Amino acid sequence: MRALFGQLLVGLINGSFYALLSLGLAIIFGLLNVVNFSHGALYMTGAFVAWMGLQSLGVPYWGALLLSPIAVGLLGVVIERTMLRRLYQLDHLYGLLLTFGLTLIIEGLFHHQYGNSGNSYPVPELLQGGSDLGFMFLPRYRAWVVVVSVAVCLASWFVFERTRLGSYLRAGTENPRLLQAFGVNVPRMLTLTYGFGVALAGFAGVMAAPIYQVSPAMGSNLIIVVFAVVVIGGMGSIFGSIVTGLGLGLVEGLTKYLYPPAASTVVFIIMAVVLLVRPAGLFGRQK
Amino acid sequence: MTRILRISLVALLTLAASPAPAADAISDNVVKIGVLSDMTGFYSDLAGAGSVLAVKMAVDDFGGKVGGKPIEVISADHQNKADIASNTARKWFDENQVDIAVDMVNSGTAMAVMPVAAEKKRITLLSGPATTAITGEKCTAYNIHYTYNNWSLANGTGREVVKAGGDSWFFITADYVFGKSLEEDTAAVVKASGGKVLGSVRHPQSTADFSSYLLQAQASGAKVIGMANAGADTINTIKQAKEFGVTPKQTLAGLLVFISDVNSLGLDIAKGMYLTTAFYWDLDDQTRAWSKRFQNHPDNKKKAMPTMVQAGLYSAVTHYLNAVKAVGTDAADPVIAKMKATPVNDFFSRGGVIGPDGLHRHDRVLAQVKAPADSKYPRDYYKIVKKIPAAEAFPSVEAQKCPLVVKK
Repeated sequence: MRALFGQLLVGLINGSFYALLSLGLAIIFGLLNVVNFSHGALYMTGAFVAWMGLQSLGVPYWGALLLSPIAVGLLGVVIERTMLRRLYQLDHLYGLLLTFGLTLIIEGLFHHQYGNSGNSYPVPELLQGGSDLGFMFLPRYRAWVVVVSVAVCLASWFVFERTRLGSYLRAGTENPRLLQAFGVNVPRMLTLTYGFGVALAGFAGVMAAPIYQVSPAMGSNLIIVVFAVVVIGGMGSIFGSIVTGLGLGLVEGLTKYLYPPAASTVVFIIMAVVLLVRPAGLFGRQK
Repeated sequence: MTRILRISLVALLTLAASPAPAADAISDNVVKIGVLSDMTGFYSDLAGAGSVLAVKMAVDDFGGKVGGKPIEVISADHQNKADIASNTARKWFDENQVDIAVDMVNSGTAMAVMPVAAEKKRITLLSGPATTAITGEKCTAYNIHYTYNNWSLANGTGREVVKAGGDSWFFITADYVFGKSLEEDTAAVVKASGGKVLGSVRHPQSTADFSSYLLQAQASGAKVIGMANAGADTINTIKQAKEFGVTPKQTLAGLLVFISDVNSLGLDIAKGMYLTTAFYWDLDDQTRAWSKRFQNHPDNKKKAMPTMVQAGLYSAVTHYLNAVKAVGTDAADPVIAKMKATPVNDFFSRGGVIGPDGLHRHDRVLAQVKAPADSKYPRDYYKIVKKIPAAEAFPSVEAQKCPLVVKK
């Protein structure tokens, strides 16, 4: 029983990464109709920016938490302005191919420069150590990850669902032409949305840096699961991606307790079942 | 007219194809070494470009020529795919006059190339792969396995750690052939040495999060956690073991750890871990001298210290070139016979012997990763616990059951 609690808590920690990443994907898909395959590479870039900042400029973790997402967000703005925007009129598939190609290029560049073993990023001093919960030892940093991820997810959800800005954004998904007629600068809105979506990926990258090795492959390991999360939650559903992210983390934890070898496939089994029963995903709307 | 042309062409071709006067000379007037390695994937830091560099250094140190003919080095990326590896090797042997294919980190690629080479009578010289069967059931007459194999990893670390008091084990194992066979081999050694195995858990290859596996290892209460995995998986296991307070209460035993892994983790995280290795740069004056040359070579942009795969490759290629020089030809049969008949004596291998099964048996060392405070200068990473003599470090020829040898 104690082991089960431990595994569920670990699942929740992983789930908060899934939630943070799938949230960005859902926002981008909801507004831009782009399946952003470069999300994993930008997550990795976020982690690397943090690491490079620490190595060469001595930027501490807390600074990186702010600077890294901004840097990745700006990179996203450039990608949207120069490349992605030309593809909005075309099928989803083209956006997917473009972003997939970008992933290969970005990962290739980092690999060329830094090799594949990765680099260590230290846990910030304030968050080192941990506490014994009786059923497991919880590192303080992991607790921090859960709290911050959930807070960021809820804040994003609040902005999108409960504020005027959010209502513009949602209107943009429904009928961009009408929104433009009301005097809203829709192209700029799309650019900023993409920038924000990938900034979330960069943020997740900084959060992940002290836990995993900062290596060029770290994004591609995670991105497939995150896509499954988005599909299960319902493409474009913000609330769905948050809940599904956390929920699937728990399911994975449970599987690791009951039958470890299936842990890496359980998410995809659920995805297949969901697609059969509810093709639009658990929280998605049928169009 | 065309007839004359055809005849003269045929004459010309016959002339060109006719063997050189001395039947034993160097084929195609060049000794060509093909380095087939993982240039961009999981193993590219421990082999890859560093392997190519090691081979080039060996050739340069040899003077760039053997038997008056130039030595050429070419390389290719096998991308960890068996079919790419065997196709590249086939092309090398058929079209590019490659005499010997080397490295082949990743056992799958090595075992795909070995039969091709044997069929074409070319030599394979393996430094990177681990599977014991390479010189066991799957052995070929034209192959040499140079640096380490699973048996040596399991025996070295397993037996020595039990002797040092680590008598209860839990395994964290990569869920594929390499990991499983490494776990089985090690578990057998632990039990034979008087230790107990309390349990194990299997994880998929390329897992990022090891926390749940580590919790199980923690709950088992075992003194030693054996990591039957490699590369990034090992690195993440070690890193998260520290995070979850598993170490230093329990000791980690790395079954396949390279200096590149320790370098990327940092000593603060890796300290205390046991490992066995075929080579460490700081063993003595000879290893230091060679490793510094490797580290400061202009082609080594990251100033990395050589791994055992790369150091082994230098030694192996030098041994090959010496054999070619001694027998005066690059034909596979006499060269490989000469290589097996001559003990190796250099900075990497002191009196190492290549058996009839193709396995190079040489001394290994058991090392423990130093704590940051004990590390006196850059890359001062290992404390050498003891030397494991060749006879204990590698399986005997009889134990390998190589069909080539058994038949005799």
